[in-house]
Amino acid sequence: MTDDAKSAVLAPGQAKPLLTIRPRRSWLPASPRELWRFRELMVRFAARDITLRYRQAILGVVWVIVVPLLGAGILSFVFGSVASLQAPPGIPYFVFTLAGMVAWTAFSLILTRASGVMVGNAQLVGKVYFPRLLLPLSTVLSTLVDVVVSFVLLLVLLMITGVRPGWGVIALPIWFLAVVALALGGGLLFGALMVPYRDIQYIVPVGVQFLLFASPVAYTLASVPAGARFWYELNPLTGLLEGMRWSLIGTTRPSLGLAAYSLVFSLVALMVGLMVFSRMERQFADVI
Amino acid sequence: MSSDPALRVEGLGKAYTIKHQHNDHVTLAQVALDRAAHPLRRNEREQIWALQDVTFELDQGEVLGVIGRNGAGKSTLLKLLTRITQPTAGRIDLWGRVGSLLEVGTGFHPELTGRENVYLNGSILGMTRKEIDRQFDAIVDFAGVERFLDTPVKRYSSGMYVRLAFAVAAHLETEILLLDEVLAVGDVEFQDRCFKKVGALASSGRAVILVSHNLGAIRQFATQSILLDRGELVQIGPTLEVVDRYTADERPIASVDTAPMTRMDSTWGVGARITTVTVNDGAHHLAAGEPLRVRFTVDSAAPHHRQRVSLQINSLTAGPIAHAFSGETVSLTTGLNQIEATVADPRLTAGRYTVGLAIGAGDFYGRMDNLDGLLETATFEVGQPVDERGRVGQWNPAWGSILYPSIEVTSCPISENDALGEA
Repeated sequence: MTDDAKSAVLAPGQAKPLLTIRPRRSWLPASPRELWRFRELMVRFAARDITLRYRQAILGVVWVIVVPLLGAGILSFVFGSVASLQAPPGIPYFVFTLAGMVAWTAFSLILTRASGVMVGNAQLVGKVYFPRLLLPLSTVLSTLVDVVVSFVLLLVLLMITGVRPGWGVIALPIWFLAVVALALGGGLLFGALMVPYRDIQYIVPVGVQFLLFASPVAYTLASVPAGARFWYELNPLTGLLEGMRWSLIGTTRPSLGLAAYSLVFSLVALMVGLMVFSRMERQFADVI
Repeated sequence: MSSDPALRVEGLGKAYTIKHQHNDHVTLAQVALDRAAHPLRRNEREQIWALQDVTFELDQGEVLGVIGRNGAGKSTLLKLLTRITQPTAGRIDLWGRVGSLLEVGTGFHPELTGRENVYLNGSILGMTRKEIDRQFDAIVDFAGVERFLDTPVKRYSSGMYVRLAFAVAAHLETEILLLDEVLAVGDVEFQDRCFKKVGALASSGRAVILVSHNLGAIRQFATQSILLDRGELVQIGPTLEVVDRYTADERPIASVDTAPMTRMDSTWGVGARITTVTVNDGAHHLAAGEPLRVRFTVDSAAPHHRQRVSLQINSLTAGPIAHAFSGETVSLTTGLNQIEATVADPRLTAGRYTVGLAIGAGDFYGRMDNLDGLLETATFEVGQPVDERGRVGQWNPAWGSILYPSIEVTSCPISENDALGEA
């Protein structure tokens, strides 16, 4: 199934086959070339997910804007008003939370959607071929919509409140890519494991819920008691959230050690996820 | 026709690993507990070869038939050719894209509109956006759903749904096309359209692989055929020879062990399993007009009450031809149970048939839950009709498989005036 074979009838005497299928034992799920060939399908999967998400909802796409605002509002109320935690000086608590939410939205949505995408498309996986990696990758694409919306909301708020990011803003793409890598790595791992072990689908939401409170999404690392600091810094999200906020609203920069640890952890997570996915994908169609 | 290869299969094999466990429902917790309790024990694994050492070649413009009983490896072969599952051994060389009508409507989403589904389904089947754009009008025209293009397909009638799904698949422009039994599910007109398409495709230089229980269709379209049995390629050659070998192989035997057969549904046969099947006390032969008695044993894991037996008769050439559901319900006790199902007047004509069996609850007016079901089990033969004077009839299989005992006919003269008056 390639683009280079559009002609219905092949040139006579063609000796080299277009494709050879052999048993495969690779640590890589799909060659980049193969993924590129199927790029249209990936976009279509993502478009389908976005379309379906808001079809039959009266407010439709408006939910993309309402949901992050509600989320940031609740977290601000709980941590800012009920728990009386302090945002860094000069930054309204709501803006502070929304900045955390940009990274959190990307992380939690990619992780959740990529974990469930193989089992959710079981019917497809058992019946047609396409590089299996396409499905988790398409969730990254469809999540971009949510992330971009939160990001734009934040920009608007920054303009209104006059909060300015410092020069740290140049590092923003790095934090963002690391968050995607970490989430996708986890999503690939859990998504692959969920095919034979359906237990995973109950564990993932609980884990995500736990992480929301165990990571400095709506509070700063500085407000964590010194005794618990070490455990917090083991969580790779801590460095990424602090870094993301440093880039977005100019809060304290995470220490270099913490930042390096988080970035390396994310990269390793992605590689482990890809490897496990690749190992397990061969039996997807047989087990699913 | 050119003799350029379209597809070559060499030493192809697929093994499934079966883990022997006490529990069928695998959860992570169970696996972890089991590992903790027996850290050194590995699960007993058994390799089952669904397909082994299969080699054949297909040229462009040729139609290849694939014949074999259920569980012979036909679907595994198709799954390997379409890359849905990966081979364990051997190789497949392809000189073109592979398209299949295995699963018409795969990826159709009820919430999406007709237009959206055409594009999604087309991409899933391997068409590029340009190809779909170019073929879009033809697809819609073929399906006849112009007015409903922007309606979610969940509001379509089932006929419209199938037509649209088939239209997309039929416009695949792949060099190699796989056609499966699934085609036999549609109505007669649908099947007819599919088969016309096969002829047209082959004459346009495509290579077609046709898998069917319908030996008539295979005979009609396939020049060459392969016969699979228990995962191995038994014969390859001109279709007529292969079909002869296949039908000759179907020797009636005293009783059929159902263990190696594939279940229609993977969950069937877990709670209770049909183990052996015998027709007419092991004779596997009945004279014309004789009752058909199918005796089978069911190994049940638990007692089951109010179970219904359904019996299907398949013709070797035409597929399923008759079905019966038992009126009274049977009870199963834990362990082995023997059940006999009798059709007092099967009305079958001379020929060879196979028995399909299912046991479960419910009927076709509501929900049906089968404990176990097998599409094809024992083979039996029906003899030629004999009349009171001992004359042996010669039934022509082309006349069909069911003989009505009689039909009512009346006649009356039509005068010329009456005929005019009626017109």
